[in-house]
Amino acid sequence: MTATKAPTEPPSQQRVVRRPGDRIFSGAARTSGIFILLVLAGVAAFLISEAIPALTASSEDIPGGEGLAAYIGPLIVGTLLGALIALVVATPLAVGIALYVTYYAPRRIASALGYVIDLLAAIPSVVYGFWGLAVLAPKLVPFHEWAADHLSWIPLFAGPASTSGRTMLTVGLVLAVMILPIISAISREVFSQAPALHREAALALGATRWEMIKMAVLPYGKSGVIAGAMLGLGRALGETMAVAIILSGGGAATVNLISNSNPSTIASNIALKFPEATGLGVNTLIASGLVLFLITLAVNMIARWIVNRRADFSGAN
Amino acid sequence: MKLRSSTRTLALSTALAATLALAACGASNEDDSSSSGSDSSGSSDAPADLSGDLAGAGSSAQQAAMEAWQAGFQGEYPDVNFSYDPAGSGAGREQFIAGTTAFAGSDAALKDDELTAATERCGGGEVFELPNYISPIAVIFNLDGVDELNLTPATIAGIFTGAITTWDDPAIAEDNPDATLPSTAITPVHRGDDSGTTQNFTDYLNQTAGDVWTSEPDGEWPLPGGEAANGTSGVVEVVTSTAGAVTYADASRAGDLGVASIGVGEEFVAPSAEAAAAVVENSPAVEGRGEFDFAIEVNRTTEDASEYPLVLVSYHIGCVTYDDQETADNVKAFMEYVISEDGQAAAAENAGNAPISDTIRDEGQSAVDAISAG
Amino acid sequence: MSTDIRSAPETSSPAQGPVRVERRLSRLALWGLYLAGIALGAALSAATGFSITSTAVYGVVLGTLAVYVATRVVQGRRKATDRLVTCLVTSAFAVAMIPLASLVYTVLSKGLARFDGDFFSMSMFRVVGEGGGAYHAIVGTLIITLVATVISVPIGLFTAIYLVEYGSGRLKKAITFFVDVMTGIPSIVAGLFAYALFTLLFGNDFRAGIMGAVALSVLMIPVVVRSCEEVLKLVPNELREASYALGIPKWRTVVKVVLPTAVAGLGTGITLSVARVIGETAPLLITVGLITGTNLNPFDGRMATLPVFAYYQLTQPGTATQAFLDRAWTAALVLIIFVMALNIVARLISRLFAPKTGR
Repeated sequence: MTATKAPTEPPSQQRVVRRPGDRIFSGAARTSGIFILLVLAGVAAFLISEAIPALTASSEDIPGGEGLAAYIGPLIVGTLLGALIALVVATPLAVGIALYVTYYAPRRIASALGYVIDLLAAIPSVVYGFWGLAVLAPKLVPFHEWAADHLSWIPLFAGPASTSGRTMLTVGLVLAVMILPIISAISREVFSQAPALHREAALALGATRWEMIKMAVLPYGKSGVIAGAMLGLGRALGETMAVAIILSGGGAATVNLISNSNPSTIASNIALKFPEATGLGVNTLIASGLVLFLITLAVNMIARWIVNRRADFSGAN
Repeated sequence: MKLRSSTRTLALSTALAATLALAACGASNEDDSSSSGSDSSGSSDAPADLSGDLAGAGSSAQQAAMEAWQAGFQGEYPDVNFSYDPAGSGAGREQFIAGTTAFAGSDAALKDDELTAATERCGGGEVFELPNYISPIAVIFNLDGVDELNLTPATIAGIFTGAITTWDDPAIAEDNPDATLPSTAITPVHRGDDSGTTQNFTDYLNQTAGDVWTSEPDGEWPLPGGEAANGTSGVVEVVTSTAGAVTYADASRAGDLGVASIGVGEEFVAPSAEAAAAVVENSPAVEGRGEFDFAIEVNRTTEDASEYPLVLVSYHIGCVTYDDQETADNVKAFMEYVISEDGQAAAAENAGNAPISDTIRDEGQSAVDAISAG
Repeated sequence: MSTDIRSAPETSSPAQGPVRVERRLSRLALWGLYLAGIALGAALSAATGFSITSTAVYGVVLGTLAVYVATRVVQGRRKATDRLVTCLVTSAFAVAMIPLASLVYTVLSKGLARFDGDFFSMSMFRVVGEGGGAYHAIVGTLIITLVATVISVPIGLFTAIYLVEYGSGRLKKAITFFVDVMTGIPSIVAGLFAYALFTLLFGNDFRAGIMGAVALSVLMIPVVVRSCEEVLKLVPNELREASYALGIPKWRTVVKVVLPTAVAGLGTGITLSVARVIGETAPLLITVGLITGTNLNPFDGRMATLPVFAYYQLTQPGTATQAFLDRAWTAALVLIIFVMALNIVARLISRLFAPKTGR
């Protein structure tokens, strides 16, 4: 490599940066990090400055005529509901897929299978939208009717069933498919990196494959799965076009998943209303964007808290 | 290491070269502007001496028509770099006022405060608004064995408010003695996005349906709940796939679905290009506007059975006086082509809209003649 | 990288002599049980009004149950749990295949109609109705995505390196946290932000591909950071320590040891992030709009991009509706092919550059 070096530097104390190369490299790394903070601050500043007119306006001037809270409230419910369904459906599936690809599938085709799942991430959201509208929604109509008949004692399925299937339930499922590759790709990566020694030790002790996974793989991959789920949740919360195309939105806040009047989501509402919005309407939409931003902030705070409660299995700690 | 980095360089440069190669070969239809055009040949024999940029933005409803206009316009003036961004009417008006674009396409005329701002943008000069895109809005339904229905405004309002829930409701049956109406439940579908179509539809119901429809005209659907879909394509898709569904959309998009004739006076009128153009021609102008501002208020309550009052009128908005000669010439030439018979016919063929009548063309021509630099 | 130890042979092959003689279910018997469960499911579904979906649901549940109960009876609880999980995991995979297959079928069946030479060699310049192509949109998408990648990857990768190798204290915490927050920025807000930023800097009439690229970068950077960080964290500390022990400076350790070790994961992460933004519609709608001709300069003028092109072809068709829909679906197909190609490239990279493992 380069010239001779004094082989005495303790690796973990990066305060003792002596070489110019090190200084430049760590400087570049730090600058990138700070740059990201600046971009985020820029986005936040933009959102806040554009939202202020809507926050201070009298409630009659807000679209709908009942004030900002009445306008954004249902949207918040819709956003959270859709993303929550997606997360609940997608996370176990994605973990299952990742385990299948890393530890169950025949080895020769395993990487090809992973690749096939990654394909789901490649499909543009507009296509998801039209697939959901034209293919999935009609297919789910019988389920909607069945749920309205048999499960109506659960508030989620109170009905009456939508005749087109373009409901919050369908949207949640489409979102689940959309975030599946994100969660499974990251889970796969961390599962396959679980220390071979641990896994071999487990098997050597007579563990079945599942016990080996439970003891050696899952604890190691937990933080990766949660990180993947958070990435997926971020996408589900902010997904715009697919929701805008599929959902029959614009209704009041409700947890009823199967009727045709659903609360819209924040992002899709912006997409639907923005092109024709003028004046205070634009400010109101951006204020709703600010709310979405805050929701993500809160969601991430909670997720981080969950991750931090557990021991960190990272190799670099 | 050495080998690896050279492989990496090779891979990267191959990728880059592939991109460049793709970029370099160019679009085959952009090389020769003389042969690839469609059937359009402009009305005027103006020499192709215009150049520079012409940027417009606005109504996405005009997109298909704009494609036809652009094709024809650039057939005549291949050196003009024309672009139209179908960003939406609100965005179009805003971009025009901000000076981003030379003209706007808008499903609604300028509001009073916007007019003030637009006048300012035009250096204090006049603003023109030409109703160049007229599209009849049809009430479209999916009902097995029924291709046409007669619906009065009050019945339509009743359907969309949810007061009328089945297709064999007496209110519908009364006007359709010959039709076999099934007892299918009605699923009214409305636009989920903010649109000029909804604005015109609610305006129509507000003026004609009496007590049945009490909401004010609005680009956003004013009633809570109900089945909503995004865009014309969305509502048509939902109606196509749902038995008993009904919606309102550009008549050209009805396809195989049933189309209602709406009650005008004592009779029922099916949407047609002629009837749509006729109602626009006979509608009063918005008062207090400039000489070249042809914003109109569609006469929804007409009783003339040769008119179809449920129409969408989309405008082209621009300045009568522009700062520089080039923009003025380009806008003038473009508007001249748009209002020409050829231009309207080309748009009608691609977008299915209703060509403007000669009276409106003459009005538009007076505005076009006045466009100048100064 | 992966050095998988698979326990598959041990659960099924009778050749491995167990210490204690125990009864085993042969693989054939297990499959038989599973199929019997599915057949029962089909019968049940037929009884309640036949449909493919209910057959699949009942069948999988009953099949899994049959395998579980049989193993439990014959081989005991631990083996049964193992089999149950195998069934569940495989079912999860199969379930995920259903929407994928449906999507791919939909896009292929509708997109192949216009998957021809004209689509790749023509733009929509002066095209009315049928014909035309998406050359302008393909080039636009490639350019804008390339610019976005060039912006995002260095920033994202360096940030990930900072977080894993250098970062400490409040700055690290702040960056980690806010990167997570950034993943939640709705795409349309990113578009609005880029629009506001550029109109602020360059005036109202500025429109360029770079605006779209910046909007996409806002969406892309956090994905790059998050996935790269996760991968870098997994590089064993032993490797770093070995390198330090040889007297290699930290930055060279990162460049020559850590990054090559993680290159497969980095490739996947970056590819995923490109895939995440290449089909993004909303921010491009606002920033770069749509034109019918070709624009190769990302620093001046509007550009066409495939997702926006597809969106308008789908939502604003003219009277020749089918021609518009065909173009839209073909554009979607082309987008998917792009991302597939990207995936292959990422895989090649990891194969070429990944260090050979000892095993």
